Amino acid sequence: MKAFADLLDRLTYTPARTGKLMLMRNYFRTAPDPCRGHALAALSDGLALGFPLRRVLAGIGERRFDPELFRLSRADVGDTAETVALIWPGTGAPGAAPALSDIVATLAAAAPAEHPALLTGWLDSLDATGRWALLKFLGGAPRVGVSARLAKQAVADAFGASIDDIEEIWHGLQPPYAGLFDWLEGRAARPALSASPVFRPLMLAHPLEAQDWDRLEIDDFAVEWKWDGIRVQLAARGGLTKLFSRTGDDIGHSFPELCAPEGVDAVLDGELLIMRDGEVQPFAALQQRLNRKSVTRALMARHPAYLRLYDALEIAGEDLRGLSFEERRARLEAWHRDHAPPFTDLSERLRFADKAGLRAAWEQTRAAAIEGLMLKRRSSPYLAGRPKGHWFKWKRAALTADCVLLYAQKGAGKRASFYSDYTFGAWSGPEGAPVLVPVGKAYSGFTDRELAELDRFIRANTVERYGPVRAVAPKLVLEVAFDAIQPSARHKSGIAMRFPRIARIRWDKPAEEADRLETLKAMIG
Amino acid sequence: MMQSWPAHPERGQRQGDPGSCTAYPVSSFAGGFPERLPAFSVPATPPLAKPGAASDIGHAMASSSNFQSWLRPDQSGLYCEPGGFHIDPSRPVSRAVITHGHSDHARPGHDAVLATADTLAIMRLRLGAGCFGQGQALAYGETLRLGEVSLRLVPAGHILGSAQVVIDYRGQRAVISGDYKRRADPTCEAFEPVPCDLFVTEATFGLPVYRHEPDHGEVAKLLASLADFPGRTHQIGVYGLGKCQRLIALLRKQGYDRPVYLHGALRSMSDYYAGRGIALGDMPAVADAPGKLAGEIVLSPPSALGDRWSRRFAEPLNGFASGWMRIRGRVRQRGVELPLIISDHADWPELIATIAETGAGEVWVTHGREDALVHELGKRSITARALRLVGREDDAE
Repeated sequence: MKAFADLLDRLTYTPARTGKLMLMRNYFRTAPDPCRGHALAALSDGLALGFPLRRVLAGIGERRFDPELFRLSRADVGDTAETVALIWPGTGAPGAAPALSDIVATLAAAAPAEHPALLTGWLDSLDATGRWALLKFLGGAPRVGVSARLAKQAVADAFGASIDDIEEIWHGLQPPYAGLFDWLEGRAARPALSASPVFRPLMLAHPLEAQDWDRLEIDDFAVEWKWDGIRVQLAARGGLTKLFSRTGDDIGHSFPELCAPEGVDAVLDGELLIMRDGEVQPFAALQQRLNRKSVTRALMARHPAYLRLYDALEIAGEDLRGLSFEERRARLEAWHRDHAPPFTDLSERLRFADKAGLRAAWEQTRAAAIEGLMLKRRSSPYLAGRPKGHWFKWKRAALTADCVLLYAQKGAGKRASFYSDYTFGAWSGPEGAPVLVPVGKAYSGFTDRELAELDRFIRANTVERYGPVRAVAPKLVLEVAFDAIQPSARHKSGIAMRFPRIARIRWDKPAEEADRLETLKAMIG
Repeated sequence: MMQSWPAHPERGQRQGDPGSCTAYPVSSFAGGFPERLPAFSVPATPPLAKPGAASDIGHAMASSSNFQSWLRPDQSGLYCEPGGFHIDPSRPVSRAVITHGHSDHARPGHDAVLATADTLAIMRLRLGAGCFGQGQALAYGETLRLGEVSLRLVPAGHILGSAQVVIDYRGQRAVISGDYKRRADPTCEAFEPVPCDLFVTEATFGLPVYRHEPDHGEVAKLLASLADFPGRTHQIGVYGLGKCQRLIALLRKQGYDRPVYLHGALRSMSDYYAGRGIALGDMPAVADAPGKLAGEIVLSPPSALGDRWSRRFAEPLNGFASGWMRIRGRVRQRGVELPLIISDHADWPELIATIAETGAGEVWVTHGREDALVHELGKRSITARALRLVGREDDAE
């Protein structure tokens, strides 16, 4: 438990991916079986321990602590589980801490009535970090900034294996993954390929730059609309279906209606959308369905999920990734004709006689409420990652507004010493007494040199500090580019910007000439 | 009674040249404490809080407290009337007894200051040579007669020179603890519990969630991080007086013998500690260091974490040594990657245990999270009050 607690503790404080990988790698190399397997489960797919943590904690808390002291402490700490971990007396006798595997085994055999006594005993035997980690572990999925894919990457790195080899057997394995570690450490043969579907890393697109456009030959590319949903991979085999996010997390539990196509044996690439009466719903509707542990019928009826397919990685056990896009597309179309699973269709192929026609279509995207275009080289195989020169996304032209810099905050990592997160506002209020209302926040779009200039400006023009935030004299105009403006009840301005970024710094423009809130509201759509 | 603090006919008049105290060479401390400076000037009429001038808290307490007749908060801080002095006053007064050199306790502008020799020297170094008129040093354990009270200073274990003020008056004893901790600290003398009737305590970490970890493990965390990230400069934010030198001493104790690089703001106090015979090893200035100090430890004030100053380092990894690092939200808020729970204040169990040890029937809480402590002491049938003294900065730890 100690090593696992230290790992979780340090993961929460380590922002960089490489740092997280290093910490996990060291843990998986040194932690004993079967504890490391349970840790891997907790960090990847989550553990189904069936421990009603909140209820048990509430019961214990009432008996164990002075309610007034607990209330004051909770207010100071800001998190109930952390408060319990810290307020609990005891620093953990050496050697008394339970092993992760003991905890899992004990819980599997325990009746619900025994839960409070078990938890009390464990908390008594641990130090503060151990107690915090235990509560995270019992909660099922500790949120320490690690995706399932990253945890598997760390296991692969720790033993010099390839993550694809691990993915291929992953779903045939069960915590604590004894077979996996036996194989990785050379004690046994590779476990059989899982009967269950496997995540294949996605092929990603680059934004289309001016020089890409100049070089582009229209006949070399297949064109589709860019859909405003989330990228998913539907993987079905042997009656089992997984719906993977682009990072390899299985999100099928949130979309059960997509996960039961009979007799499908394929790995397909597509866009997850909400479709009502034949119309794609705005992204906000999809957000209602994401990250739900349980999904009600009412929710499914209100926001029906839909899959718009555009590629096939595998059909009937045959790996298609080496084929060209054109060949894969033909196989996908044939497969869809034969199976036509409900809640799916194919992303339409757009044909253009020439580049002028293509550009004209792109110019129409905003009016048509479409996010943009996807350009895919017809001869390209399906390559994991973001290979150059194969797929391009051509987002519709951004909207822009001139806003006034109001607040700034430092960034993280390489930007830790720079004010790199900016909150900006637009004018509101009556003519004679205008006020600036915050309308958005951006932390990209500028060069390193512009960042240094902005940093200098902010330090020289700070009028107030609120903890890490600096309020800046409202005199610098930022031209902000964004994809869309949506109404928002959560923001004082009543609007929310989608994908805002700093397009230009308008050192020349007086703040009084920045845009008004009404101008931005008129862009809602 | 060893010594009396003689009365002076004229209030506020300073004896001798105010600058004379500056002639005090730091090096002379090395061989032990110096002889006593010229005595305080004692006002014929002590600067009493005028009726009605006392704070609201003072009024609130008057009804019940039997200590109120001789020790009470006024607008400048805690005032001892029969002794004619304030303790850690927040604004300039005639006579001040100072518990330790941190700026929220030791402020400039007093006519006369009584404190340990280390505290006087630290005040001069930090606040300037003319920061007070007369300084008088009192060694730990020595008793001084002041007006109708007798007073002695006892180690508080907080930082070098920190003291509790023990005041006896007509059979009653009050102990004003200043800031204190109970853990062993290689850079200062250990806290000494003194039985008393009234104990005036801090409560910086006065909530049961604050239980500081053993220092050894926290320093081990830092050493482990250096091994894990040898390419990164480990920049650790520390409070300049006390925490900085204690962290260096703890590192040395655990066998770390590489140079520990210092931000300029930490220089004078660290040199002072070293001059007092506390072994801190090699502490070069960052300004003189070659290269980007990858894999080295750099100590700086917390305000220099993630600031322009740190752009010179190799992928700086931010650490912060403070009792506040116990709370994850505070760690995140400060953008700290390596929280080190090292505190110079008593944690909750230490506050409770110390109060019990003094046997005090009444406790006054000067500053910090006093609600919880007052609540807890009430359960233990100890009369407890929050003074809410102004000007204390408990977040600076």
